[in-house]
Amino acid sequence: MKNNDILQKIKNKFPDLSLEETPHGLVIPKTALLDVAGFLKIEMDFENCHCVTAVDRRDKLELIYLLYSTSHHFMLTLKTFVTLDDLTVETLSGLWRSADWLEREVYDLFGIKFQNHPDLRRIMNPDDWTDFPLRKNFTRADFIPRPQSTGLKGPNS
Amino acid sequence: MGELLTVNMGPQHPSTHGVLYLELKMDGEIVVDCKPHLGYLHRSIEKIAENRTYTQFIPFTDRLDYLASMNNNLGYCLAVEKLLNIAVPDRAQYLRVIIAELNRAVSHLVAIGTFAQDLGAYATPLFYAFRDREKIVDLFDSICGGRLTYNYMRIGGVSADIPARTEQIIKDFIAYERKQLIEYNELLTYNVIFLARSKNIGILSKEVARSYSVTGPMLRASGIKWDIRKEEPYSMYDKFDFDVPVGANGDSWDRFKVRLDEISQSLRIVEQAIGGIPEGNPVSKVNRVFRGTGEAYVRTENPRGELGFYLVAEGGFNPTRCKIRSPSFSNLGALSELVKGLNISDAVCVLGSMDIVMGEIDR
Amino acid sequence: MSVIFLKGLAVLGFIAVSAMFSIWLERKISAWIQNRMGPMMTGFHGTLQPVADTIKLLLKEDIVPKGVDFLSWWLAPFFVTVPVVMAFLVIPFSSKWIALDLNVGVLYVCSVTSICVLGIFMAGWGSNNKYSLLGGMRSAAQIISYEVPLLLSVLLVVMQSGTMSMQGIVAAQEHGWFILKPHLTLAFLIYFISATAEVNRVPFDIPEAESELVAGYHTEYSGMKFAMFFVAEYTNMFIISAIATTLFLGGWQGPFLPGLVWFLLKSYGLVAFLMWMRWTLPRVRMDQMMSFAWKVLTPMALLNLLISGWFMVK
Repeated sequence: MKNNDILQKIKNKFPDLSLEETPHGLVIPKTALLDVAGFLKIEMDFENCHCVTAVDRRDKLELIYLLYSTSHHFMLTLKTFVTLDDLTVETLSGLWRSADWLEREVYDLFGIKFQNHPDLRRIMNPDDWTDFPLRKNFTRADFIPRPQSTGLKGPNS
Repeated sequence: MGELLTVNMGPQHPSTHGVLYLELKMDGEIVVDCKPHLGYLHRSIEKIAENRTYTQFIPFTDRLDYLASMNNNLGYCLAVEKLLNIAVPDRAQYLRVIIAELNRAVSHLVAIGTFAQDLGAYATPLFYAFRDREKIVDLFDSICGGRLTYNYMRIGGVSADIPARTEQIIKDFIAYERKQLIEYNELLTYNVIFLARSKNIGILSKEVARSYSVTGPMLRASGIKWDIRKEEPYSMYDKFDFDVPVGANGDSWDRFKVRLDEISQSLRIVEQAIGGIPEGNPVSKVNRVFRGTGEAYVRTENPRGELGFYLVAEGGFNPTRCKIRSPSFSNLGALSELVKGLNISDAVCVLGSMDIVMGEIDR
Repeated sequence: MSVIFLKGLAVLGFIAVSAMFSIWLERKISAWIQNRMGPMMTGFHGTLQPVADTIKLLLKEDIVPKGVDFLSWWLAPFFVTVPVVMAFLVIPFSSKWIALDLNVGVLYVCSVTSICVLGIFMAGWGSNNKYSLLGGMRSAAQIISYEVPLLLSVLLVVMQSGTMSMQGIVAAQEHGWFILKPHLTLAFLIYFISATAEVNRVPFDIPEAESELVAGYHTEYSGMKFAMFFVAEYTNMFIISAIATTLFLGGWQGPFLPGLVWFLLKSYGLVAFLMWMRWTLPRVRMDQMMSFAWKVLTPMALLNLLISGWFMVK
């Protein structure tokens, strides 16, 4: 089982979908996330939502689902991009129950709003907080970003 | 059904294993609803990772699952090595496996001790477990100078070679611990009260376990033979011969028994590895700071399940993102489903059998 | 009048010393079981540790939590401690050392010790704490259930000896301890198991199950009030052992040594056995314990009573 095979199968199922294959996973538009994920779970045996996370790419957020199939021995990295002006995306917690908490964590740290999530509350940070700490532009009065080193000169350069 | 009683169990409670806070709705003694609240130990380690170089972050991984620091070190180092394509000397690979397996054994010992404590066996099993753990902690102390947070693994190797007498100490420990395991079986495993308290309590079915992405001994207790060390061997695990213990029902007793069996399997691996350590220098000549680009995901079999590190690098000296997929976090997700309808004593038993560590749940 | 007063003083002194000794013994036994040293610093092998603990508890602030039901919260420790002291009235330490040899001694001691449950429930109710409440409710259910098999097995002893006086029962065992008779061996086992549950010891320490209910009914107590619960617990343990000694193990009778020594030896032997159990066994669950009382112990005690009664009458 390769990324390629899965890509082909998804293409056959959803002919008018703009798919992109990168070395680090499949990128699909966020509107198709629920459909593709459902297809992967039911017809491709990806019975395990291993991990959900996000990366701040500054102009947009990259949402990453790591799906695992025991029968195929294959881990699929499913990615989608969420723009900062529209942070909503359909939840996958109806498909995999592990996605419930993992999506809450992503909401807590990045502020991506999962629609139709059963219990979308902050999971680690205080409920009355409005910041999203893992965004790159996160600042606090008492938070001093570490100066970025510029070369291999030594610890004090 | 009368009025429900809300019991706030935790964050300070003797049996919530740290600072877990469970909001229990109870009908008399029966748990009707259970809502875990996390975050009391949140130190935003993932944010710290973005502000440290790859090497500087290794000590922070110690603080995740503080009972299995070596395994965390190993997982993180493997992830960085995969991201940056760094080769590891053979001797270092062997040392890593030996040390990770010893750490797994003592971590399971603590799990067994605390589980028995949760079932009301006052302190004695815990002290027995800590007595055995002490030997390995002393050994790690002589290897790396730390007793809880070891910081021993390095990217591309380990921090230093082992002292001369280590092999003999480990051999003695294996012989000693095998004797002790027999005693634990006699004391606890088939004790009538222990069986009555843990058999058929909190049964986790295969489907539910998969759906919650439960991993580690908890998954294996449900009857799924799944171990990353066997299925996708990392480090040197494909060279060693060991079994993967599985449970029959997925109840609390099975989870306990799987852990007990895993200790002897870990000892088997260590015994095989200790004989075949190749000569050489386990400290590799790798720079202290790196630049890297790309993404890497590595998962390793920790004592509590699959620990994953998702590293994203964009060319700087620091990772852009370091997602830690902690096993306890996913395992704990299944808790509220398991304890519904149980007695509060059984809820404590189920929580104890999950063997969570809040350090890696809250991160 | 003054004799009674002196006797009362002697009992109080004995309770204090006995509780202290029991606490030290418990710590030493647990340490011995768990590969530890136990208290070593205060006095020879920590013998003065309980004294230091007592002084500490006396000097501690008496914290009154917000929202307690003051009367029941304040009275509860006395309801637990006073019956324990009263029970000493009829315990025969030797042929002469007994405060008052009532002719209904057994009845008296059983009824007085069962007042404790009131105190425990008051503590649970008055503390305004859910763990305490659960502990108090568990305790009430547990103690009342185990009272039944306990009394049934004590009844058998009364039937055998034909008297309710404690000295009379001891005298009836002059030619052989009651525990050596088969039906009374069973009665002794039932008595001892039920008594363990009565004093909330492992494996029946459900009302104060640490891993579930933090400290059960005495979660909110501090300082001397906590110490009173503590003293009551350890003294209760001594009382059930003392009653078991009197009823089944021949009381103060024994060769060579004086009666008092024999009595204390037997009683503390049983206390040590209780401690050994505590540090070895896990705890049973509430419903398992209740069904054990009603489905196993009570029918067994009843059958025992019926069959041996039949033989006695015949």
